[in-house]
Amino acid sequence: MTDRPRRRWHIAVFLAPAVLVYTAIMIIPLFDTLRLALFNKGDDGAVFVGLRNFATLFGDPNWSRQFWNALINNCWFFVIHMLVQNPIGIALAAILSNPRLRFAGLYRTAIFVPTILSFVIVGFAWKLILSPIWGIAPNMLDAVGLKSLFSPWLGKESSALTTLALISVWQFVGIPMMLIYAALLSIPDEVLEAAECDGITGWAAFWKIKLPLILPSIGIISILTFVANFNAFDLIYAAQGTLAGPDFSSDILGTFLYRTFFGFQLQLGDPYMGSAIASAMFGVILIGVCLYLFGIQTRIRRYQF
Amino acid sequence: MNYRTFTATLLASTLLAGSAMAQDVTLTIESWRNDDLSIWQDQIIPAFEASHPGIKLNFAPSAPAEYNAVLNSKLDAGSAGDLITCRPFDASLALYDGGKLADLTDLPGMANFSDVAKSGWSTDDGSATFCVPMASVIHGFIYNKDAFAELGLQEPKTVDEFFAVLDKIKEDGTYIPMAMGTNDQWEAATMGYQNIGPNYWKGEDGRTALIKGEQKLTDADWVAPFEQLARWKGYLGEGFEAQTYPDSQNLFTLGRAAIYPAGSWEISGFNGLADFEMGAFPPPVPNEGDECYISDHVDIAIGMNKATEHPEETRTFLDWVASPEFAKLYANALPGFFPLSNEAVELDDPLAQEFVSWRDECKSTIRSTYQILSRGTPNLENETWNASAQVIKGEESPQDAAARLQQGLESWYTPGQ
Repeated sequence: MTDRPRRRWHIAVFLAPAVLVYTAIMIIPLFDTLRLALFNKGDDGAVFVGLRNFATLFGDPNWSRQFWNALINNCWFFVIHMLVQNPIGIALAAILSNPRLRFAGLYRTAIFVPTILSFVIVGFAWKLILSPIWGIAPNMLDAVGLKSLFSPWLGKESSALTTLALISVWQFVGIPMMLIYAALLSIPDEVLEAAECDGITGWAAFWKIKLPLILPSIGIISILTFVANFNAFDLIYAAQGTLAGPDFSSDILGTFLYRTFFGFQLQLGDPYMGSAIASAMFGVILIGVCLYLFGIQTRIRRYQF
Repeated sequence: MNYRTFTATLLASTLLAGSAMAQDVTLTIESWRNDDLSIWQDQIIPAFEASHPGIKLNFAPSAPAEYNAVLNSKLDAGSAGDLITCRPFDASLALYDGGKLADLTDLPGMANFSDVAKSGWSTDDGSATFCVPMASVIHGFIYNKDAFAELGLQEPKTVDEFFAVLDKIKEDGTYIPMAMGTNDQWEAATMGYQNIGPNYWKGEDGRTALIKGEQKLTDADWVAPFEQLARWKGYLGEGFEAQTYPDSQNLFTLGRAAIYPAGSWEISGFNGLADFEMGAFPPPVPNEGDECYISDHVDIAIGMNKATEHPEETRTFLDWVASPEFAKLYANALPGFFPLSNEAVELDDPLAQEFVSWRDECKSTIRSTYQILSRGTPNLENETWNASAQVIKGEESPQDAAARLQQGLESWYTPGQ
């Protein structure tokens, strides 16, 4: 047989624009950052130093203390999202998909709106709401006789990070809600009707039928939350500034990277150590995503209708 | 023949016109002071162009937070302006060392400035100066005169009197004694520690001794300001932990707070907002009759891009900036930014005049952390922000804070190198 498979040029042609753009603005900068992390300032320009930047980052107490503090804070930020944002998102979606609920469209829109707001607006609006001087939070608590519960949450080490995480939850709860809502709507009525015939209704139907069917969506949401949280920066920057106060209690990897890379006040920017931190962040996210992909994703059972 | 003459005339006129055009040099000024755009365009530039025909100026500011990054990339790309507004100390020193800023030591106008004024823009040994100092900011306390009159209070001179005044305001309860928060951290260090500190560490004596390694941040003179800051806590407003810098400004200008630990840059803003009369007093001294010291911090200067195509004209402008004429113009256009030249300048704004009058009574110094000491990691200035805020909140003792700062400094700084 002389029939060779024809070269299918059109595949390359159609892929080219996306591949080129993605390579130029994502892949090249990413690898250049990883490369830059292996250099440091020498007498004349950049000098290759191998892994010495990472040795400084993890070995020098001045750097490692900040790095671990940021990483632990980041984990707490993620935990709050997983424990609060996603269950609330699922609950809201379950309520919204109830056919007897009136004004479902209105609620859906209202809950989703904060997601499209800018971080800066959200940061400043909440800073004002919670302000002990002009904020409405103290007055509202006063109106129901709970003034004693109020404290300057954003200014206290013990509560600043949790408060910020909850603000972020408020902003983004619409995303898991929408994804789960879509997943719930895609469950065919026949399945639910069949369950009903077997006597499974109400909450039991949710736990036994719907939840297993939306598990893959929950998995996707978890990994999206993970990546977004470990790349987070904007909200903390808008609300607490570059120093992520008080006493670095709301410092996460993003703000630590920004402070190091671009410098701050008298601290001059250090692109080399900044790249090292960026690479460490990349590593953390890569490990997290791999754990998910190989540990969980492959075990989730999927159902075809 | 006629035709030829005509052509020659045309050519000659083109050449003449060309050279006339070339004489009209436009110099571009890089700056982070976008707030000052109208002052430059309406007052400073017309004044200069009137006395120096042939040189035009173009003031091209960028956003303050982005200035350093924007300027650096413009300088690297060769597209930066002829004149560069200089941040004090290391940011500009790095530009000079990198060959971006020209040496201006031999500029005739430099004779108008003292060594302290030039310290922000000189090499560590003081041998070369690369920017012409424009202005400094002075620290002190601005107070609500109406509130003081209402409560029968006098400007405090000593620390004890200061706290007696604060106690009285607190007792009365109408006003928050002092408007300052710790949310943004820098006020605690800049308006707190660096404001009251020079009285304890004796201004330049202490500051230079610290750089030489003869004193430590754990010495009594350097811990004392923290001890005073720790006492401030009870006089700040409720929820000061989450109070931001604009919050504090508003609390004071709305008349809800009596005293505002300030930098003189607040003056023009406060003049527009407050509808009560304001007064100011310098940081109180520890004991009656002590010599007083004020933080008269060098803040802004202007230098020459080494790659400029018009070095002569640029130097002409810089020499004019060094003159008393510019000092008077600038100081009155921007009350609260005080000229650094040795020539005495009369200011129209009474509050600004009050601030600048302290230069005669007290000795001037600059902020202790700015020269040399904030070059390494951990950065002493940033650490001082954090430590001051922690001390005010009562979450770290003055001794612990000082010990932490000294330990951080020692980890990278060896005096005399």
